[in-house]
Amino acid sequence: MLNKVSLDLPASPEAIAELQMGSIVYLNGIVYTAREGVYDRILNGGDELPAGLASSSNVNFHCSPAAALQDDGSFNIGGVTATASFRFSKYLADWLDLTQTKILIGKGGLPEKDYKEILAPRSVVYLTTVGYGTGALLGRGVEDVEAVHWLDELGIAQAMWLFRVKDFGPFLVDSDLEGNSLFAQQGKLVNENIEALYDGLKEPALHRYGETRNRKDELM
Amino acid sequence: MITNNIIEDASYEIMRRAAIDIPEDYLNGIKSVAKKEKEQLSGFVIESMIENYEAATEDRRPMCADTGLPRYYIKVGDKAVFDGGFTGIERALRSATARATHDVPLRPNRVHPLWRTEHNNNVGINSPEVEWSFEPDANWIDITTVHKGGLFGTDYRMLFPGDGIDGIKRFLLDTLISFGKRGLCCQPAIVGIGLGGSKDTCMQLGKQAACLRVVGDRNPDPKIAELELELMELGNSIGMGPMGFVGSSMAVDLHIEVGYTHTGGMPISVHTFCLSSRRATARIHADGGIEYRTDPKWFTPYHRRDTIGWEE
Ligand code: SF4
Repeated sequence: MLNKVSLDLPASPEAIAELQMGSIVYLNGIVYTAREGVYDRILNGGDELPAGLASSSNVNFHCSPAAALQDDGSFNIGGVTATASFRFSKYLADWLDLTQTKILIGKGGLPEKDYKEILAPRSVVYLTTVGYGTGALLGRGVEDVEAVHWLDELGIAQAMWLFRVKDFGPFLVDSDLEGNSLFAQQGKLVNENIEALYDGLKEPALHRYGETRNRKDELM
Repeated sequence: MITNNIIEDASYEIMRRAAIDIPEDYLNGIKSVAKKEKEQLSGFVIESMIENYEAATEDRRPMCADTGLPRYYIKVGDKAVFDGGFTGIERALRSATARATHDVPLRPNRVHPLWRTEHNNNVGINSPEVEWSFEPDANWIDITTVHKGGLFGTDYRMLFPGDGIDGIKRFLLDTLISFGKRGLCCQPAIVGIGLGGSKDTCMQLGKQAACLRVVGDRNPDPKIAELELELMELGNSIGMGPMGFVGSSMAVDLHIEVGYTHTGGMPISVHTFCLSSRRATARIHADGGIEYRTDPKWFTPYHRRDTIGWEE
């Protein structure tokens, strides 16, 4: 059986250090969402971070909720699903320094070197959503919307949402404080098989760029 | 008489059903894949997904918050009588999309590709897409919605006749491996392969093969049916499961659709319909009664047009 952990937020350095790759995690407290729209506004556009963000949450969820504004001004949060994190790689170092975020949650992890070069030096770990499509289970864990920022400017999908969550999960621990990654380890195991799959299959007549990286090559 | 109001009601309802309730065939497919999965991590992911489908149905909330790009497939019987005309149907579909986006709620995913502006309701330029098909001797209208997620999992390539089945296998492996790593295409998926046609029909056939045929359905050509099973096996032998973890669960099923193509080429497309394989269909009968189901029954013999159509 996989190990199961419940984590109170903001997460303490000790609790983060104890997380083991491959453990299942449920969260209690406040998580915030931010992706390229928010990153751009703050890191490149000169907008300020919402006051008190660092003290209320140190968990950045790469997520766009299925949310709708109700007539009474509150929000109906339906499903909650992560989006692929690798696209945000270029923002992360500055963002983590600015916000003191210690846990990143998203879909699919980061390029392998980012764990060692960006996350580990800042004592940050990465949690991944499970299967990625578990929007209904995660939606259940959202108790309330604490605040939402840049909703008008960025729209529902890109706005910064602060969710108060309880038993919010499941997530899997992808990386540790040394910068090791479960995704990277599993990927290497999968790779061992790959060459054999192509054994005996003849090459196609016309190749394409990607199969060669040299744009001067002819593809025939 | 089929009125526009009935069409809008039916479309609104299938939007909700597609977003929330996993189709029975796919659920059973996932369960049988789960039984064969021997790896602990991959097995845990699939179990969590099954719990997620249950939570979605119980709470009436979308199974995945990325509610994809909602779109429609309409099949109109030759004898169907409806009062609003074809553009009336299209208007009803746009209105149902906007209302369902707010009410379910669905994520307003649709934005302008350059300006990233939106109407917050999944309606905009050329969206939602509406594809039309017709059926002889029928007086009903079938409306199917598909909410296909996925920035990942689709590719196209021009192969040549000499590349043969080997070429198809290589391309399928290339596609599944590249999008399966880290689970970007949210496998295990229903895989659709389009073979032939011109580039646009090839893409369309593959997408429809993934999204509009149910798990367990086989192509009527017995040799193609055999190839479907063989290629599914191949996908599941990669050694990759959900999220790109070690495992054996890549394809829940694999469907191939073909179209006559240029004598010199064999274009191929591959599409994956993710862990949230969302589709729902409404049949609107001549008296205005509505029946709901999850099998689109899109590929009828007439739709495939596998005979020339007159006596040779
Ligand atoms: S690809 Fe994954 S994240 Fe996207 S809709 Fe499908 S299950 Fe959801």
